[in-house]
Amino acid sequence: MFKATVIVKRKPAILDPQGKAAQQGAKLLGFENIKQTRIDKFIRFEIQVDEISQAEEELKQYCDKILTNPNMEEYEFKLEQF
Amino acid sequence: MKMKFGVVVFPGSNCDFDTFYVLNSIFNSQTEFLWHKETDIKGSDVIILPGGFSYGDYVRTGAIAKFSPIMNEVVNFANNGGIVLGICNGFQILLEMNLLPGVMLKNTSLKFISRDSFVKVTNKNTFFSSKIEKDVLQIPIAHSEGNYFAEDSVLAELQENNQIVFQYSSQNGIVTDEFNPNGSKLNIAGIINKQGNILGMMPHPERNSESILGNKDGSGIFESIISNFINK
Repeated sequence: MFKATVIVKRKPAILDPQGKAAQQGAKLLGFENIKQTRIDKFIRFEIQVDEISQAEEELKQYCDKILTNPNMEEYEFKLEQF
Repeated sequence: MKMKFGVVVFPGSNCDFDTFYVLNSIFNSQTEFLWHKETDIKGSDVIILPGGFSYGDYVRTGAIAKFSPIMNEVVNFANNGGIVLGICNGFQILLEMNLLPGVMLKNTSLKFISRDSFVKVTNKNTFFSSKIEKDVLQIPIAHSEGNYFAEDSVLAELQENNQIVFQYSSQNGIVTDEFNPNGSKLNIAGIINKQGNILGMMPHPERNSESILGNKDGSGIFESIISNFINK
């Protein structure tokens, strides 16, 4: 069994309106040192298999088909056995 | 030649009945609902993916709808040249399925926008727009994610192939940032695929297709489809 954590990020060229709004808020509040806010997604799930290679394969398919839209997003992941 | 429309219904579709009503009662066309779990398009000649919030728009707009059983049939239908119109959430689904290029981002204002907007009919040489008389339509938009984005190379291709059918504009058809409600690249409100059989548009023509609703600028889209189908 594996615990999976996935971070989904918009590709750098893709506008992030939520990040931009938060960034503007930071400016309004006077947080001069805060720059380049991006709001991404953090996703957790379990994979009930024994082999890490199979876990990785299933995770990638899940990410490619549902969790991300490869046209605008990219992802990184971590698998922990438990 | 008698034609038949199929209107796909997902859990969360909410413009399905408006679309059905317009086709059935205003244009007297045979129309049938296609429940998302069905695997048969029931002999439809034209398929419409209506507006709404399919599957609550969870994960991303249209992200879950693309796995509905009926969508396999819609893809086969579309790949064989079948006529498909995606309105609002339907457009978002077409993008998720890569039947049209690009993606929808949240509106730059981060707000749900629900109001009439003006859209220029940029290409009248399509199956969906050839009978539209006006050059600029006043037509409702209602969306949170209508901010069309594609890479510059894709945008260049869309322009080169005249695939941009509708653009947000002024009342006189001026297409500038000032008249862009949601941040869409090139003010894009609707695009067509290269083959010309799949159109996605954010504005809602089914919401103003009879004069009792103030104007019927949306009707030209349905008139085009019906007339072009009959003369096909």
